[in-house]
Amino acid sequence: MNWSWMLPPSFSTVSGDIDGIYYVILWITGIIFVITEGLLFYFIFKYRHKEGRKARYDHGSTKMEIAWTMIPLVIVLWIGFVSKGVWDTVKVDVPPAGLEVIVVGKQFEWNVTYPGPDGALGTSDDFETLNELHAPVDQPVVITLRSDDVLHSFFLPEMRIKQDAVPGQDITVWFEAIQPGDYTIGCAELCGIGHTTMGGRLIVYTEADFQAWSSAQAQQQQP
Amino acid sequence: MSTIEQEMVHAAEGGHHDHHELPFIRKYIFSTDHKMIAKQFMFVSLFFLVIGGLLAAMMRWQLGYPSQPMPGGMLLPDAMMAPTPNGAIMLPEFYNSLVTMHGTIMIFFAIMPLLVGLFGNLLIPLQIGAEDMAFPRLNMISFWLAIPAGILMLASFAVEGGAAGAGWTSYAPLSASGEWTGVYLGQQLWLASLTILGFSSLVGAVNYITTVINMRAPGMTWFRMPLATWALFITAILILLAIPVLAGALIMLLFDQTLGTGFFRPEVGGEPLLWQHLFWFFGHPEVYILILPAMGIASEVLSNRARKPIFGYHSMVLAIIGIGFLGWIVWGHHMFMSGMNPLLGTSFMISTMAIAVPSAIKTFNWMATVWKGDIHLDSPMLYALAFVSMFIIGGLSGIFMASTPVDIYIHDTYFIVAHIHYVLFGGSLFAIFAGITFWYPKMFGRMMNESLNKLHFGLTIVLYNLVFWPMHNLGLQGMMRRIYDFTQYEYLAPLQPMNEFISISVFLLVATQSIYAFNFFWSLFKGEKASDNPWDSNTLEWTVPSPPPHGNFPEMPVVYRGPYEYSSPESETDFYPQTTPPSNPPVQDLIPEPVTPTPEGF
Repeated sequence: MNWSWMLPPSFSTVSGDIDGIYYVILWITGIIFVITEGLLFYFIFKYRHKEGRKARYDHGSTKMEIAWTMIPLVIVLWIGFVSKGVWDTVKVDVPPAGLEVIVVGKQFEWNVTYPGPDGALGTSDDFETLNELHAPVDQPVVITLRSDDVLHSFFLPEMRIKQDAVPGQDITVWFEAIQPGDYTIGCAELCGIGHTTMGGRLIVYTEADFQAWSSAQAQQQQP
Repeated sequence: MSTIEQEMVHAAEGGHHDHHELPFIRKYIFSTDHKMIAKQFMFVSLFFLVIGGLLAAMMRWQLGYPSQPMPGGMLLPDAMMAPTPNGAIMLPEFYNSLVTMHGTIMIFFAIMPLLVGLFGNLLIPLQIGAEDMAFPRLNMISFWLAIPAGILMLASFAVEGGAAGAGWTSYAPLSASGEWTGVYLGQQLWLASLTILGFSSLVGAVNYITTVINMRAPGMTWFRMPLATWALFITAILILLAIPVLAGALIMLLFDQTLGTGFFRPEVGGEPLLWQHLFWFFGHPEVYILILPAMGIASEVLSNRARKPIFGYHSMVLAIIGIGFLGWIVWGHHMFMSGMNPLLGTSFMISTMAIAVPSAIKTFNWMATVWKGDIHLDSPMLYALAFVSMFIIGGLSGIFMASTPVDIYIHDTYFIVAHIHYVLFGGSLFAIFAGITFWYPKMFGRMMNESLNKLHFGLTIVLYNLVFWPMHNLGLQGMMRRIYDFTQYEYLAPLQPMNEFISISVFLLVATQSIYAFNFFWSLFKGEKASDNPWDSNTLEWTVPSPPPHGNFPEMPVVYRGPYEYSSPESETDFYPQTTPPSNPPVQDLIPEPVTPTPEGF
């Protein structure tokens, strides 16, 4: 059993920053957790009822109230400030695409459309894969995410990417893998009876391997 | 005075001099007495709490032992279980119904009516010195609307297609048409049931607000009100403003389901995200509806059992009000991954971070309340301290998800399941145990058995943490929530032992609750007789007999001080009831001399 609070390894250009913020919050909350729970238990033990004990008659202290209002406020706003930068990198500032694909979720599969040899989507040389996303390493993969039916959530745990797919909406998602390998695609939003089976694979190649795979696919799927 | 006039005066006084025994049906069934309605809410919601727990246990069977025959599964119909030679295996559609109905029943039919229906009804009139609610008949209607809602919700298990299976959040379009789930009538019953329950809550909220504003006894100023009543008052305002939004959304979804409208269905021009905005605009205030009264209950018990004034009473009240306001502008944090504009994510993150502050203020004030107290570690106090201790964990784990980039990874994983249960079980439910145990003598005139309660407490706090702590770890490993068979994912398959460990702990946790149930019913008949004020408390409900008579107060109470004057040097005992007249009344020289007009004055 894994009782660890460490995150599993991650493999995208943004995942290090995401994991970094996680560890910052883990440290802050961990310290607060130990102090508050420790004090609480200490008080319970130290001030438990004994014959003759009289409680302190005390209605509070404005200084303390100000202290424990301002300190948490500064901490959480700082966390918010740091978070904003990473959030913008992941979700707002989309880099120029190395590879553009369309991912369409439907009960209970992921369909991926690639641009083909001409490098443009929506042309006759586009080709598709089912439940597999093939991508080159070290290049931003920019995905147009759609859904054909209900909500799904496109989840690449090792890339630290998650985005709901919403019918009627084109949502841009991007990631850049930093190591070739075989990774997971999951659906993280309850989407019906087969939700549990809506998994897939993300296969990341070196640039040369991806080109080879891509041209082979394009040829195979030509009508 | 003529006879008619006398009767009118009598009626206006609420008839509490009437010694005629009410007929059985008016006293126990269609009662307008707030205390009886409180008990009715309690029995019904405890029943639903048991149902919700059993649904959770079934769900945990599937997660602990994926797709293995469930013990007793043969007793369930084929629509839920697939029979095999070795026993019956749970079907995914039934698992989805369990996920949905466990959440729905626990939130709407157990925790909410326990906090609001039970404690709102029981405490508000008694703590402010009123003879009953402002509108006793509306109060009765509030309870009797909850009953058909509950029946419809349970009946949905028996209809064709099974109970609703789109999650307790019922995200459209999955919930908007049976073609996606195979659930038609079940989803419609879910919608109808919650709509009716919404009216029940609305009627109750109007009543609570009116009662608190208009019916406080002489001297019961706003800042002499116990924190439980303060919390219930703010909660009632949240209910009054949030439920109509939910009701509107539910009716729109019901129209999409039955009349073919397209509010949330994109194929006819609808907008799925609209459902999420409406649902969470209600849903986040709902989260505070489920925790504010628990905070109030814990405050009462902590101050009383530590024999010490609540630390920072005014900032506690302001924190409740602050949560009440901020609770309206944080709903988008449920939707960071929903496809709403990511720039909005940042605004909602900042408001969400801000709402952590009043919760922190409350926690520090509770800790300072027990500091240098005279702590009586009896069972209500143990439950209340568990509330504080578990709420700290639930509050801190919330910060992870408030941070938008971290939420990308842990959104919709078991991390959020752990978080919500630390707040709703570790928080709200422990406060409910504290409250029921604390006010049991007032409700029934008998004490609960202390040894059984301590046994229940010890087992529950340990098993509870064995269940929900490791769920954080599952979430960090990337295990999604609401997933029928996680072993379908290669990277999740190694989590099976931990899931099995959690499931075994859940079975024991559910079984442990029978100790409390036994104690509850045994003490009704065999419990030690309770005095009027067994906890040496200051608040008004402890000045009347246990249980209080119809009309509560034989004469109008007069309030002289705040509710938490424990260990005051002005009192000979370590408590100083709100109604005890001051021992040294203000002496004459404190009253200002009449001002003699001076020439300048003219």
